[in-house]
Amino acid sequence: MKEINIEELEKRFQEKIDADIRIEPKDWMPDAYRKTLIRQISQHAHSEIVGMLPEGNWITRAPNLRRKAVLLAKVQDEAGHGLYLYSAAETLGADREETIDDLHSGKAKYSSIFNYPTLTWADMGTIGWLVDGAAIMNQVPLCRCSYGPYARAMVRVCKEESFHQRQGFEIVTKLAQGTPEQKAMAQDSLNRFWWPALMMFGPSDADSQHSEQSMKWKIKRNSNDELRQMFVDVTVPQAELVGLTIPDPDLKWNEEKGSYDFGEINWDEFWQVVSGNGICNKERVEARRKAKENGSWVREAANAYAAKKAQRKAS
Amino acid sequence: MTKEEALFKYTLRLGDDALIVSQRLSEWCGHGPILEEDIALTNIALDLVGQATVLLEYAAKVEGKDRSADDLAYLRYERDYTNLLLCEQPNGDFGATIVRQFLFSAYQQFMYAALTKSSDEQLAAIAEKSLKEVKYHVKHSAEWVIRLGDGTEESHQRVQASLNDLWRFSQEIFFEDEVNQTLIEAGIITSLEDLRADWEGLVKRVVEEATLTLPETKWQLDGGRKGLHSEHLGYLLAEMQYMQRAYPGMEW
Repeated sequence: MKEINIEELEKRFQEKIDADIRIEPKDWMPDAYRKTLIRQISQHAHSEIVGMLPEGNWITRAPNLRRKAVLLAKVQDEAGHGLYLYSAAETLGADREETIDDLHSGKAKYSSIFNYPTLTWADMGTIGWLVDGAAIMNQVPLCRCSYGPYARAMVRVCKEESFHQRQGFEIVTKLAQGTPEQKAMAQDSLNRFWWPALMMFGPSDADSQHSEQSMKWKIKRNSNDELRQMFVDVTVPQAELVGLTIPDPDLKWNEEKGSYDFGEINWDEFWQVVSGNGICNKERVEARRKAKENGSWVREAANAYAAKKAQRKAS
Repeated sequence: MTKEEALFKYTLRLGDDALIVSQRLSEWCGHGPILEEDIALTNIALDLVGQATVLLEYAAKVEGKDRSADDLAYLRYERDYTNLLLCEQPNGDFGATIVRQFLFSAYQQFMYAALTKSSDEQLAAIAEKSLKEVKYHVKHSAEWVIRLGDGTEESHQRVQASLNDLWRFSQEIFFEDEVNQTLIEAGIITSLEDLRADWEGLVKRVVEEATLTLPETKWQLDGGRKGLHSEHLGYLLAEMQYMQRAYPGMEW
């Protein structure tokens, strides 16, 4: 076979990307592309798994049987998303256990929204509405991501997320139309989650270190600020519809640009929470670490049993 | 006791069992030993909350006092709950949860199978649908009992200890009183004694394959069916009923 130099391979790779041809696990890809994807996909998987905790916090206290069942199903979906995503990362050669250990050691990140506490039932509505809403905004473009397994996982994930978003908005609507106490609960929850939800789109374009190359590789299709703007534009009318107030005095419709202007995000808070100083960071990672530790005897037993069974079959 | 009274109480028992186990299982959500098992336990919890819902709806209808399934779930006190003591026992480690599940699901499987032939059409239909789900719960939990029992030294010891600990609640499954008698006479249910051989057979088979030993304990506890519970149930209900107690009469 004729030897092809790396520049040539990279050139061909970029041509495929430019022609919107999907990259599949066995195709040649630059190391940096592989690493970027592993980082992003595993971060995404960790977000799904850690994201089970703030909502799991209310399953045993859900206010009625229907809400309990729906919330259980929703959190279970998230575990499922985690599974597809860990599998997608495995197609790039990442080891699931090592990836999970990186989460536990603090080396790998997850969406910092999950470091905020769920203090009231209304947070189950707000999380579905805003957090899953923001996740959809981020993930719909990922259905066209250049890496095949990730894009396909996203198609499935997005379908379920859109159901989650609707159920969240339904909870919020019910509260907003309920007693004054319930409406206040919904408003308080919106006040607490609005800004963290805007932070979910990541640092502003000027400060985003991974963005440019990811756009060129079509891992990312829109910039953080574009997606954030889309989210604000979609969400503000929804809040108005149910009579809740977005906690931003600078929020104003801008006729000229045909979208909303909104206030400055507190980036100090964002970076503090990302770097581990949010109110729940410690508990979230601890809960995951404990689940793994308390489950180690179970996994060992399953392996030992499988080995015995194989041996018995062979003899 | 009239037939309606008995039918209400009996259906409530089945609903309470499903609801309380579901509540316990849902405590695992996000904390399972592996992701696949997190999903499996949540799945069982979901099936059971579904069964609880239809059973409590039917109980409420039979009672005819304008109470809903949610009223029955969220507004009854400890002494009004009639679930088996086994159902309310804390999760313990994964092995204890699995043993509890296996003993309970095995009972549900034979009980529902018999109930599919009930002359009460509604109960028969609920049993028919639930049976499909419960067969999977039995398979899943039995496989884990075997894996853990015949796994490592540590897992064997842990799961044996859980079996020893939970065994004292196992015979309450067969508890019968006037409620059962009334419905047996009305041809709506069969005696739980008729399930005993099947239940014991299945439990023995799985315990043996798991290289575990059935406990010798003769002393057995009951009381759940009469609303006499362990201390655990009060805390479980305090958590489960928190919203309805804190915000009475609101819709969610």
